Amino acid sequence: MQDATKTSRKATFPTGIAGSGMTSVELDIPTSEPPVLPPNEDLSVVGKRTPRLDGRLKVTGAARYTADVRLPNMLHAKVITATVPHARVKSVDISAAEKAPGVRAVHVLERLLGSAVVRDSSKEIASKYPIVRYSGQPIAAIAATSPGAAEDAAKLVKVEYEVLPFVVDADEARKPGAPLVFPAPADMAATAGGGGGGGGLTQAGNVRGPARGGMFGPPRGDVENGFAAAEVIVEGEFRTQVQTHSPLETHGVVADWRSDGLTVYSSTQGTASVRDELAEVFGLPKTQVRVITEFMGGGFGAKFGAGNEGVLATHLSKKAGAPVRLMFDRRTEQLAAGNRPSSHQKLRLGAMKDGTLKAIHLVNFGTAGVGTGAGAGGPAQNMYECPAVLTEEADVFVNAGPAASFRAPGHPQGCFALEQVIDELAERIAVDPLALRDRIDTSESRRLERRLGAERIGWSRRKAPGSDPGPVKRGIGVAQSVWYRFTDMDSACEVRIARDGSVELLSAVQDIGGGIRTALAQVVAEELGLQAADITVRIGDTNFPIGPASGGSVTTNSITPAARNAAHDVKMQLASLVAAELGVEPSGVVMRGGTVAAGAGGKSLTFRQAARRLKTEQIAGLASRSANYSDGKRAFDRYGGVQFVEVAVDTETGVIRVERVVAVHDCGRPINPLAIESQVNGGVLQGISYALYENRQLDRNTGHMVNPNLEQYKILGARETPVIETILIEEYRGRSSTDAGGIGEPATVPTAGAVANAVYNAIGVRLREMPMTPARVLAAMAAARKEGGRA
Amino acid sequence: MNAFEWVNATTVDEAIGQLGAASLLKAGGVDVLDRLKEGLDAPPRLVNIRTVKGLDRIEGDAATGLRIGPLVTLAALDVHPVVRKSFVALADAAGHAATPQIRNMATAGGNLLQRPRCWYFRSRDFHCLKKGGDTCFSQHGENQYHAIFGNEICAIVHPSALGTALVALGGSVELASSRGKRIVLAEQFFLPPAAALERENGLAEDELLTAIVVPPLGASARSAYTKVGEKESFDWPIAEVAAVVERSGANVSRASIVLGAAAPVPHRATAAEKLLAGKPLTRETARAAARAAIEGATPLSENRYKVTLFENVVRRTLLDAGGVR
Ligand SMILES: Cc1cc2nc3c(=O)[nH]c(=O)nc-3n(C[C@H](O)[C@H](O)[C@H](O)COP(=O)(O)OP(=O)(O)OC[C@H]3O[C@@H](n4cnc5c(N)ncnc54)[C@H](O)[C@@H]3O)c2cc1C
Repeated sequence: MQDATKTSRKATFPTGIAGSGMTSVELDIPTSEPPVLPPNEDLSVVGKRTPRLDGRLKVTGAARYTADVRLPNMLHAKVITATVPHARVKSVDISAAEKAPGVRAVHVLERLLGSAVVRDSSKEIASKYPIVRYSGQPIAAIAATSPGAAEDAAKLVKVEYEVLPFVVDADEARKPGAPLVFPAPADMAATAGGGGGGGGLTQAGNVRGPARGGMFGPPRGDVENGFAAAEVIVEGEFRTQVQTHSPLETHGVVADWRSDGLTVYSSTQGTASVRDELAEVFGLPKTQVRVITEFMGGGFGAKFGAGNEGVLATHLSKKAGAPVRLMFDRRTEQLAAGNRPSSHQKLRLGAMKDGTLKAIHLVNFGTAGVGTGAGAGGPAQNMYECPAVLTEEADVFVNAGPAASFRAPGHPQGCFALEQVIDELAERIAVDPLALRDRIDTSESRRLERRLGAERIGWSRRKAPGSDPGPVKRGIGVAQSVWYRFTDMDSACEVRIARDGSVELLSAVQDIGGGIRTALAQVVAEELGLQAADITVRIGDTNFPIGPASGGSVTTNSITPAARNAAHDVKMQLASLVAAELGVEPSGVVMRGGTVAAGAGGKSLTFRQAARRLKTEQIAGLASRSANYSDGKRAFDRYGGVQFVEVAVDTETGVIRVERVVAVHDCGRPINPLAIESQVNGGVLQGISYALYENRQLDRNTGHMVNPNLEQYKILGARETPVIETILIEEYRGRSSTDAGGIGEPATVPTAGAVANAVYNAIGVRLREMPMTPARVLAAMAAARKEGGRA
Repeated sequence: MNAFEWVNATTVDEAIGQLGAASLLKAGGVDVLDRLKEGLDAPPRLVNIRTVKGLDRIEGDAATGLRIGPLVTLAALDVHPVVRKSFVALADAAGHAATPQIRNMATAGGNLLQRPRCWYFRSRDFHCLKKGGDTCFSQHGENQYHAIFGNEICAIVHPSALGTALVALGGSVELASSRGKRIVLAEQFFLPPAAALERENGLAEDELLTAIVVPPLGASARSAYTKVGEKESFDWPIAEVAAVVERSGANVSRASIVLGAAAPVPHRATAAEKLLAGKPLTRETARAAARAAIEGATPLSENRYKVTLFENVVRRTLLDAGGVR
């Protein structure tokens, strides 16, 4: 038994990469922590490819998403949105709409969420209603007895505008004398997260910032000295477009206001974040707001908080005294529900002839529309070893829908630039791109990932650019990922065992599609010696212990240790009950393969028999996430990831086809490799779609989006899906009771950069602008020919 | 979408009897549904002709030519043995449009008569020339998918793959109304903006398209069709070309080259056709013809790439039709 007066104990953890030299590390951990979990090869459920427990429900349509929720007497809402990109709303006449057949409530927004606000409110344009700053901005909503009645009534709402000058092009917005999106400096609480969004930056015209430095501190070293010392300087100018999140399930809620509290079914990535925002807006105690997310159809970073849709639906429900369903239509989803900011990056890199980096300087102007946080400097700051790094990132306001955090904010755009410039450096100093990275990248994971990926893709087959005969040229490219191991401490689980031997886990955490339900079941099953399918997982309800907001690849890392600790707690309660009967100390009770036994060969009971010994109907363990284990000197942990891409470029049509991707990734201890592969597939596909097709296009003359749908807004489909091979490494560091990490973001960070590098290897022409459409390919080739002709 | 009355027509006469300003015909409904949802059309009545019997047949053969019912689906055209073997351009045009799901719903008649996909025309936010407004927003706007020929008034591109193939094949449409039947050559049926701004063809309000007629191809004639899209799933062409090459001896006796997604109507490359006549089809003559095909293009600010693209696609399609590898 442990000494009860001690609060910590020494524990020895496996550390390193499985199959590549594992050692161990001794750490001081709280005595309340469960025993060290051995590597996956010694486990029976965790680390095994496990089909999703809810897969059948999803593919048969039985899973209930927010969009599927139907409550008795439920009303249907229609949102009224702005038809101009910039205006002061003079009046909103709802009198005719209120009298329309079937209408039960109308609500006009008093305050707009999801937009920057003028820092000094006295400098905002005086107005009764929120200033319209983008076409499609929500203004009001109507609840009626049918969707048709709501839509018909919406046409009767008369909005009178005092139209103001607008600007939608970021280059135009930077010019002196451009129409001002905000009359004075503006800040935003929840930025798009790419950097540069912080409060209090200076603002001149529509340009806010630049912010210098990044997440881990101020600029490093002195770039001027670095460039002066450098033997080689490479630089490039890169542009990336605005990408919309385009989840299959749009933003939306079903809000049910009752005298005893508010219940909201929400398509959200953070049940608690919706609860908190609604509690604040409606002045309710958090305990009287219940948020339920049984299943959700994608968010990619845009679904935190209640949003305008949640606030509108709740007002309507309160007014009408009935539940209200408000799902954005696809058009509003495209216009007003978030996007990945654009970037315009000038990246300069100084190095020695052996590749050693001396200086990195990034200047970026990105637009997050009426939001902030369009930075792209993460990769430049954090990927490679370099003594001098300066990133200067400015937000450019334009009259367009606000950006929101989007799967690795700033990083896909940052890698598109950085990884191309690194390849250019390799070419300049005549070193293989992988060999150069071996020299300048200190990440142990990525070193191994490069080697494994190069073998799998057949890097040695790689030819000189343009060497294929015929119009179709093939090429292979590589790019790397960097992401950070964030932990959300608001992560708790309760695990219950009932006297019939059934086991249940409860947590408010939501499954945004990554498969956390199954991962939680695996962790609990492993602890109790059961199978994943034996565990009933109830999640996505704020009535349960709090769960993390699923963003930044935090979910598995944050919640699985809480699940394991709760399971361990309840396991020890059960062990104590049967220890005497088994003739061992509780700590000597082993649960494995459905049995509860006194070690190998000793007395044993089945799990059910053991549960029957409970003195009460149920026992339960509750655990919150404990702090990451540390030896006091650990640096902030990062994820690696390296992707290899093979493309075919038709030089006569300009069409790029991605034929094959090898994605090599790490995410700490993999809990469910099958689900991780799915995440990698999704990240790669979203990355290719971003690289080649997607583009929110605003009409330069009117400010309206010309493709607010899923037809003209082009997303990769089945015919554009390459062969994707995932190689997953197991990386152990003893960071928590599960040592698990995340994969959602790392999987999409390098893809666009890798596609660009592969295109260069195919045709010998660099594409520095996304999406890499046939128009751009043909133009870049024509420009290269012209330059070649002159030279 | 507005509320509307729904009528199932069971015969051609019944369908014709329902036509008029208050009605919109619905075949597969792919295009109609999009238009209703965007509020571009708000008809009091939808007349469903899917329920009319006998309009879904493909008759004829290589020697007699084809008579294609308007309700034949794109999927059916794609796999029909005679069409596949002897009218390759038509089969390939049908088989490469849209997606498998859409091709199962989309009818040949509806495909020919669908409205253009110009994003300004399709969006309720823009009251463009075509909708009775006074601006063609594409002229100085976002025009990368727009026309490079005949674009001075309105820069839509003709949307129908079948239309492009049909013009190349010298086909016609049969139109019926209470006044009787008429047959119009496809090439004359499609109307440029200068002739009709608010519609794209000569179909009268009281007319039903009752057949698509394709003449026999000469024994020495072969056709081909190429579509290039930014992507293959769920997307439109950025360039498409249908060509027929007829030979007499070693030389081309007649060539027919038609560009889709290039102009407001299927665009016939007459200069290229003339250039090939009387010459053998070789890589060199195909190259020269392709160059001639893009002569006179008037690209807009963002669609210059289409000129190069069409040059390459015309050349490839000619070589394909001529069996030159
Ligand atoms: C994502 C997407 C991609 C697409 N890609 C392509 C492509 O690459 N190439 C291509 O060619 N098409 C493409 N399409 C268009 C599609 O093929 C057409 O929408 C479809 O063929 C229309 O056929 P329908 O039977 O559904 O027509 P409907 O929607 O039923 O009718 C279309 C129009 O024709 C009229 N009409 C129909 N039949 C008759 C008749 N017999 N007599 C008189 N009037 C009639 C209707 O009144 C209506 O105005 C695409 C569509 C989508 C959504």
